[in-house]
Amino acid sequence: MAAVSMRLPVARKAARPSAPRGGERHLVAPGDTITTDTGYMRGHGTYVEEEKLIASVAGVVERVNKLVCVKALKTRYNGEVGDIVVGRITEVQQKRWKVETNSRLDSVLLLSSMNLPGGELRRRSAEDELAMRDYLQEGDLISAEVQSVFSDGAVSLHTRSLKYGKLGQGVLVQVSPSLVKRQKTHFHDLPCGASVILGNNGFIWIYPTPEQRDEEAGGFTTNLEPVPLSDREVISRLRNCVVALVTEKLMLFDTSILYCYEASLPHQIKDILKPEVMEEIVLETRQRLLDLEG
Amino acid sequence: MAAVVLSEAEKVYIVHGVQEDLRVDGRGCEDYRCAEVETDVVSNTSGSARVKLGHTDILVGVKAEMGTPKLEKPDEGYLEFFVDCSANATPEFEGRGGEELGSEIANTLCRVFSSESTVDLKSLCINPREHCWVLYVDVLLLECGGNLFDAISVAVKAALFNTRIPRVRVLEDEEGCKEIELSDDPYDCMRLSVDNVPCIVTLSKIGYRHVVDATLQEEACSLASLLVSVTSKGALTSMKKMGKGSLDPESIFEMMETGKRVGKSLHTALQKILDEEESLGTSRQKVGFLG
Repeated sequence: MAAVSMRLPVARKAARPSAPRGGERHLVAPGDTITTDTGYMRGHGTYVEEEKLIASVAGVVERVNKLVCVKALKTRYNGEVGDIVVGRITEVQQKRWKVETNSRLDSVLLLSSMNLPGGELRRRSAEDELAMRDYLQEGDLISAEVQSVFSDGAVSLHTRSLKYGKLGQGVLVQVSPSLVKRQKTHFHDLPCGASVILGNNGFIWIYPTPEQRDEEAGGFTTNLEPVPLSDREVISRLRNCVVALVTEKLMLFDTSILYCYEASLPHQIKDILKPEVMEEIVLETRQRLLDLEG
Repeated sequence: MAAVVLSEAEKVYIVHGVQEDLRVDGRGCEDYRCAEVETDVVSNTSGSARVKLGHTDILVGVKAEMGTPKLEKPDEGYLEFFVDCSANATPEFEGRGGEELGSEIANTLCRVFSSESTVDLKSLCINPREHCWVLYVDVLLLECGGNLFDAISVAVKAALFNTRIPRVRVLEDEEGCKEIELSDDPYDCMRLSVDNVPCIVTLSKIGYRHVVDATLQEEACSLASLLVSVTSKGALTSMKKMGKGSLDPESIFEMMETGKRVGKSLHTALQKILDEEESLGTSRQKVGFLG
């Protein structure tokens, strides 16, 4: 039975500011003067002109002692060493792969930074170089860690651990990098029955929890068997919950996603994307998170 | 068309999901995404409409101008379609990149509207062989999120519903010269009947089944799709096959039946929204582009 739902657009209401925790938040737009006091050091997102500190991006002013920086809401991913990212291979070059990670420049994955099947450690030979396309092709998704950042801002990745590598079946959601909360671990096995990788670059990967966790050789062999319907429902629901949280600009971390999933259970999966249902679910999630904080 | 690159495993996941009637966002194979329709958004046109279907954003403006009728149809007006793929949608459309897609969509619209009964063209005639109304329908693609044809046809129907053509009178003076007089009242307008205007339904074949309203990711997994234009009574007016894959005659028949069914629901939902918007009248709060 076909379901077509159309509606008239509704003007977005200005969100009521939530109770400020720890003082007022100073919001700026590009070109706004932050301060005329010359005693401050300028950080990211600011520049000095005529002895005034001016913001270059739209966002929230953060001040740590004498360092002033502006944290933008919507920005490209800026790599930091140690971040977990999910990326898509765009090119296969001579001794490296170019990976798209939603940053200003394509990231680089060197052949020497990639794990060989079986976990062997040896010098990469000419045969390895010729067989690069057998490991990773254009369009493949990988999870990796940032090894270093070049001077121009390009990021160099590595997959030197068995938990990183090529990703199999699942769903990718692209969000703004500033909405992913920095945590100790970004690989989560949610109790609802699926796993999620929260990439710092804004790429969220939702996939069915693999049964065995033994040595899979860094995930080179992709499992192309059909995923059971129950797992599919969980994954689709999680995907819609992530989209709902992002639309209402809530930070993404394992607890917020889990609370949103639980709040969405009374509704059908495809109804979660309706604006009124989205608002209701995220309001409940926000309430539970506030209660959690105490 | 703006295409996304997907890995093999992602494509396999999508294909298996369609087989089980559960797509990535939880919809069934015959469900549309939530659509937002608003008319009368552009003030200097005779009629306009904006449709947002998921990430696809379409703006249609209709301008009524006086012109000479075509030679083979001297007592009818006509419609002219033009589609502009804005570079806002994707960088591939910059410069002349969007021309191919634009002309393909415009030709499809011409074919869909070429049938006699779609719009009452005789009502657009002012003076046979001399003057008639020409409706220039301009479509602007603001954002590409999959399923362009359906969204464009819905927007065209909404814009034609919103079109107000000024009423003119033909006066003949003593020498036999015909003069056209526009009425003084700016609200004295003629409206078109959109009961027989068809809507396009795109059915994309993914695996062994077909889906309606494919997203960009689903379009990347489908090799062939069928475009059918359906009127509100369920009659098919035109059909077009797209894509480099092949379609079995049996699956074409199944897709046509699905298209007719889905098309009827699409028309009912659209007419309900247009009537609701009309009933709000001047008290309607216009959202426009800065909502």
